[in-house]
Order: sequence, then structure tokens, then C-alpha cells
Amino acid sequence: MELTINGETRRIDSEPDTPLLWVIRDEIGLTGVKYGCGVAQCGACTVLVDGVATRSCVTSVASVEGASVTTIEAVEEDEVGRRVVAAWVAEQTPQCGYCQSGQVMAATALLKETPKPNDEEIAAAMTNLCRCGTYNAIAAAVRRAAAQG
Amino acid sequence: MNDLDPRAFDLPASGAPVNLSRRGFLGASLGALVLGVSLPVKVSRAQEAAAKVVPGTRFPAFLEINPDGSVLFRSPFMEGGQGVHTAFAQIIGEELDVDPARFTVEAAPPGPDYLVVMGMMRITGGSFSVRSSYQTMRKLGASGRMMLLQAAAQKLDAPLEELTTEPGEVVHAASGRRVPYGEIAAEAAALPIPEEAPLRDASDFRWIGKPVARLDAHDKSTGKAVYGIDLKVEGMLQAAVVHAPRRGQEPGEIANLTEVEAMPGVVSVHALPGAVAVVADRWWRARRAVESLEVSWKEPEADATNVMPADFSSEGFKQQLIETPGPGLVAENHGEAATALEKAPKKLEAVYDAPFLAHGQLEPPSALARWNEDGTLDLWTPNQAPEMYQAAVAAENDLKPEQVRIHSPLLGGFFGRHFLYHGASPYPQAIALAKATGRPVKVIWTREEEFLRDAFRPLAVARFRAGLDAEGLPEAFFAEALGEGPTGRWFGRKPEDPDPSAVEGIADKPYAIAHRRVEHVVVPIPAMIGWWRSVGHSMNDFFYEAFFDEMAAAGGHDPYELRLKLLADKPRHKALLEAVGELSGGWKRGPFTAEDGTRRARGVAMASPFGSEVATIAEVSLKDGEAVVHDVWVAIDPGSIVNPAIIEAQVNSAVALGLSSALLEEVVYTDGEPEARNFDAYPILPPEKMPRVHVRILESGAPMGGVGEPGLPGVPPAVVNAVAVLTGERIRSLPLSKFDLTEGGA
Ligand code: FES
Ligand code: FES
Repeated sequence: MELTINGETRRIDSEPDTPLLWVIRDEIGLTGVKYGCGVAQCGACTVLVDGVATRSCVTSVASVEGASVTTIEAVEEDEVGRRVVAAWVAEQTPQCGYCQSGQVMAATALLKETPKPNDEEIAAAMTNLCRCGTYNAIAAAVRRAAAQG
Repeated sequence: MNDLDPRAFDLPASGAPVNLSRRGFLGASLGALVLGVSLPVKVSRAQEAAAKVVPGTRFPAFLEINPDGSVLFRSPFMEGGQGVHTAFAQIIGEELDVDPARFTVEAAPPGPDYLVVMGMMRITGGSFSVRSSYQTMRKLGASGRMMLLQAAAQKLDAPLEELTTEPGEVVHAASGRRVPYGEIAAEAAALPIPEEAPLRDASDFRWIGKPVARLDAHDKSTGKAVYGIDLKVEGMLQAAVVHAPRRGQEPGEIANLTEVEAMPGVVSVHALPGAVAVVADRWWRARRAVESLEVSWKEPEADATNVMPADFSSEGFKQQLIETPGPGLVAENHGEAATALEKAPKKLEAVYDAPFLAHGQLEPPSALARWNEDGTLDLWTPNQAPEMYQAAVAAENDLKPEQVRIHSPLLGGFFGRHFLYHGASPYPQAIALAKATGRPVKVIWTREEEFLRDAFRPLAVARFRAGLDAEGLPEAFFAEALGEGPTGRWFGRKPEDPDPSAVEGIADKPYAIAHRRVEHVVVPIPAMIGWWRSVGHSMNDFFYEAFFDEMAAAGGHDPYELRLKLLADKPRHKALLEAVGELSGGWKRGPFTAEDGTRRARGVAMASPFGSEVATIAEVSLKDGEAVVHDVWVAIDPGSIVNPAIIEAQVNSAVALGLSSALLEEVVYTDGEPEARNFDAYPILPPEKMPRVHVRILESGAPMGGVGEPGLPGVPPAVVNAVAVLTGERIRSLPLSKFDLTEGGA
């Protein structure tokens, strides 16, 4: 089957029920997307599927055939993504950083859909876990990115 | 790590830098100034180890100034989110006169050259990194600057006294000439280490004490940061494992071996100590195959050690602790606690408990091992103590330490997870599988295997008795901490000595109580235990500070006022308590009605972890039977500071973990197995439960304390004390999610 990832279409030989996460990490070799739990709890594996934040650990690769997948590696190619990253740096958000690829992707998806989210909308979209407790910095970074949009 | 006794390290403030390039250690980039630090080594074991190693077989330098003026620093300490690599760039950059932004920092390899930095103890833990090496690293930077000045004096043929530096260059003001550091790095490297290198006056600091930007923020916001789990080497295979449900069980028959061997990508299936493994070309294929194996697990031999009993339960063990009588080993003793207790006009007693906790660092453990043709071994694995891993790997594989290269990747969180815990790390599996297959192998544990084999924060119980005088003031205090601490478990304990990691947070509290005695009643824990962020403080400060409120209530005192009163002759603590009161807009206990109509109350707690002092206030309301924490105010006094922004971030992080433990977290064992195997059954603090966090940093000038852990211990007691105000009932067990909380009494 074929997978379109970061604008490039690739042939994939993983079994169709393989989680998208592991196709991206092991077959395509992009390791910015992270494995944290594998059961849709943490969001470390968040990528965009046709612009929608998606937990790739529970998304089979077959289910995204024909869709356009965006990973953290391409986030700065997008104007909103660039703004989100800049806000993340400005707020000095990451600590260990392990969750942050997923957080940045979730924020990018939010702001592309809702450029000026209110606090409830931010809370509803930013549900990924962070064991380092950077939640306040994440919320501040989302607000900052939105304000600059 | 628990609070570390500085006497165990004997780190002199006067560690003299040595020029490693002159000792023939220059290895990485030619023309780089390479500086190392040599400190007197107290521990003879380390000296023996150093003597056995062939010098120059590893690249041991700490610091290189490259021809382009950028600086590489090889850090003895691991970066796992606590900001230590940025802090070192600030400290060294300040003295070397290089903008911290021009630094690249990476974890140094193990070896005797780094053992001399920390004596026998090179660890990243105990909130210890910066405070242990602050002066040493300043001197290192200052020596480098002096050597650059001397090299520039030669090059410019100008007197040394006329030269000065600006960031990245030497300046001769009289002639207007400037020499970039990169141009004279090689000449400087050839000079002897200067006897004298003045340190910058603290009043002139540009970067130390300032909120300098973290070096890793952009890489970590764009997926470029590389963690152990991401690593690849040529020819690498990947492996997944399934462990025996209980420690001590071993793999027996595999019913469907042939079918599994035929699954896509599978290279081989292996029985390992206490586990089975599948090696495959890709990790998901390995995981799918290993989880398809139908393994019958054999019960341990009768004489096997280190076995998890089949009937072990956390509830049963808690009851065992509660029922274990004293006396214990004396950890603190002032006055005549027993007599004073007897005579006291008013008495109270209480029993507290706290559960096992998982580390839950977001990066699951991994290890990548490669055997090389010359018999040496490379191992990439998250760790907080590379030399300890090196020694263990060497011993386990019949190698000399210098045949083992430990690579220490960036840590996707750690919180104590990556010390050397026997049976709690995938590295022996990676080494065995790499040997068996003749290929490099990376093992990644699933989150489920991680919950099965993590080294948990110990379950613990504390028994308290107190006597109050006629004014209701505590005059006698007796506490027993029951259980086992990780420090005794992993570093040993003299039979007559209490384990500091079991009593810290109960012993040596600052309050003026005339008669007090604290004992450790040792009860070995069958489960695997480890250090967890703030270690003994993580539960003991909860026990003590909550019981303190019980003493205040029994004596008819306000808990904040009573603390102030008992800290009257402790200016540092008193100032902190006043600061947190002020930060929160003035102490008010409640209950009171907030603007949004919710009924709220506040709780306060003090803690003295890791050389720092902390005062915490939490504001709480109740909703649907649960505690909602709105605001947490933290005043922290680490003595003196390097980066206020990083401290504030660390306090936020510690508050989150402390609150997570107070509200949600509990590892429950039944039949020798932990019930929860992922975050669905072991919830950790989600974003919607994160309170606002307000931080005030005080610099009392006391010896520098830690910042990574100290923000944690005050949170559970402050929250529980506030809950007690609202419910009118005292909760003595965590997490709060076990209880249906409704407003009552008070
Ligand atoms: S790894 Fe996908 S949600 Fe945790
Ligand atoms: S920054 Fe460490 S898990 Fe979020």
C-alpha cells in the first residue's frame, strides 16, 4: 500500500493492521513521533491525518491509506506550525521534551481549525499527558501562538 | 536519590583543573582547547578503578573550544528535563566568557576520568547536579579564560594585564585589537593550567542567576531531540519482551513456538531470565509476535532468592506494616519523648500510609547493545549513573570496564527511574539478544512491561504519637516510619542504622518541639523499590505535615500560626513561611466562598528536601466527591540560584507530580502482580487537573540546595490539609481518589 506523509507518497510493506506510529518510526524512520502508552492515553504519538490530530498508536496504517499524514518533522513547513513552535520556544515549554512533539501537533491542529480558541476550546483540544507537568506552559504557548495569528 | 550527605563525597571547593590536552587526551577536534577537572578522590575504590584503566583509551574531556568559537561541554550529569545542561552552559559560560547560547552540551561517557569529578558517585539524582559542582565548574571556566588570555598575550605581544575579554574574544583595548577565542584555542591548549584564575564577582554576573533560555527548547519542540528509544545503529534488529507475571518465575514450554517463528519479520525467539523475547526486523513485529507466545511460566525453585511471593498484595502488606511493632532504629532523639508523652495533659495519635507509585516517565525503557569484533560492547540506554552501569555490565559479561562503552542518551523523563535496579532495566536483555543473534539489538519495553517491572516508590506507613502542653502546644513527639527505603535496598545499610531514605521528611523537621524521637521500623518489601522524585520526602512530608495539622487542631491552634510559632527561632524557615503567606495574598484557612461560588479552603506545609527549604499553600474545593486544586503557592529557598526560569519550571513540574500522587496514583498489587499495566488503569495528572502555580524564590545565601525535587513534598500535605478543612475529616491515606469527599463539619 501507499502512504502520503509530509507531502511525499511512499510504498509501505508493513502489515495493514500495523499502527501508523510504528510504520512512521520503524519503516519510514521518522522518530520525532513518540511511543508513550500505545493505548490512546498519552498523545505522545499525535500526528495530523488530513489536518486532524490523531493518536497514531491506535490508528492502523491501512485506515489512513489515501489520507495525508503530517508529522512533527514537517511542522515548521506550515505557517501555523511555525508559529506554534515559536510560541513553544518563547514559553520555554519543554522539560524532558518527550511529550512535546505530540503537544505541538495537537496545538497546530487546534489553531488551524480554531485560530482564536477560548480557554475551554484549548482545554478540550490539549488533552495529551505530560509527566513533567508542563501544562501551564503549554496553555500559555497555545494562547501566545493564537494571539500572534 | 535521598538527601545526600556531603561527607560521603568530600568534594573540595578547590578542585584544580588539569589540562587534558597536555596529558595526551586531546581527541575530538584538533586545535580545540580541552579542559578537564581533577578533584581529589576520597574513595580508594575509585582510585583502584582509575589505576586499572589505560589512560587515553576514552575521550575524557569536559570542555572544547572549537575553532569557530563554539563550545562543547561534556556533562557529568544527564539531561532529563531538569535543565541541567543549560545551567552548566550558564555557569561555565559566565567564567569562560562565552554566551551560553554558543554551547552544545552532551552527556559524558563513563570512565575514571569522570569518576574523579564525583569521587565514587557520579549520579544524576538527589537534586544534586548543580549544587555539587557549582564551584568546580566555575573554576573550570575561569581557568579556560585565563589560558585564552595568556595565549592572546603571546599572539598580540601585549602584556597580560592589558587584556580583557568580551564574550567569545580577547580584547586589547589600548590597540583596539580583538582575538576570537576560536583562533587561539589551540595555543591556549598547549599552556599549563594557571595556578590562579580569578572568578567573576557575583555582582557582575550576566548569565548566572538569570532566566537564560534553555538550549534544547527548539529541538524538543520540533521532534529533533533524540532519545534512547529513537536510536539506531547499522544492522540493528529490534526486540520486544514479555516478562513472567511474578519475579522469580521462569519461562517453560512455549506451545506455539513454530507458528510464532513464522510470523512476519521474526528473526528468533528467546527464553531469557524471567522473560521471553522475540527479535525481529521491526519493533511492532517483535511485539506482535512476543505477545502471541503461549508461555507456561514455571514457579521458582524453593531456594530461589529475590522472588515475588504469589500471595503478595499491597493491602496485605500495608496491614503487615501497620501491625509490625517497634522498637525501631533511632533516627532522631531529643529530650525524653517517652516520659514527656506520658506526662502530657493532652495526647493524640494517628497512623498514616502511602502507596507504591510508578515513575511513569513518558519514555518507556529501552536498551541498544552492540558487540564489536574486538570483544568490546557498546550499550545505549537511559541511565542516571553511567559508571555504575558500566561496572555492572562488565561484571555480568566477564568484561573489563574499559571494554564497555556506555552511551547516555537524553532522558524522556526519569524521576529516579534510571538508576541501576536489578531486574528493572532492559539492558541485560539487549546484551543477551545481541550476543545470541550476532547483531546489534534494541529492546523496547511496552508500557505494560514497564508497569510490571518498574522499581516503585515504596509503600510506607507512619505511626505518630504527640503530647500537647496546657496551652495546646506540642511538647512531645514520637514517630515510627515503617517499611524499607531505596537507599538501604540498593546501597546497603548498617544493621544498626536507620535508612535515611525511609525517615527523611519525618526526622529532623525544624519545629521547636522539646521532646522528639523518630524511629525506623525496618520491614523488607517484597516488591521492587526505587528512588522516586523526592524519595522519602514524597510520602514522609505528607505524613508529618498532615499530622502537624492534627496537633494544631487538637491544641486549638491555627496550623499556619502554630508553624510560625514553632519556627520562631528558625529565621530561614520563618521567612519562607511568611513569604508563601504573602504570595497567596495573606494566610486564610477557610472555608470561604470564592467568586465562582465554590466553597474553598487552604492548607499549608513545610518541607526541607535536598538542601533547599520549601513552604507550600494549596487552595482546594470539592466537586463530585473529588478534590479540585485551584492554586498552589510555593516559596522556595535553594540558598542561591543559577536560573530562576528553570527553577520556576521545575517547581511547576514537581507540583504536578506531587499533586498527581496526592490525587490519583496508586500501584495496587494482588496475587504478586501489579493490577494496572498502563495509564488507563494508573491515571496520572491530566492537563485539566493542573492548578495555577505561583512561585517565589528566596535566596538566603545558605549553601546551594537542589531544585528538581524540593517542590514536590509540600503539595500532598497542603492539599490534604485543605481537604480536612472542607470535609471536617482527616484523611490519612493516599491517593484522595479512594475517598468520596463531601463538605461537612468545619
Ligand atoms: S502512544 Fe499513542 S496515545 Fe500514548
Ligand atoms: S516534557 Fe516531559 S513528558 Fe512532557
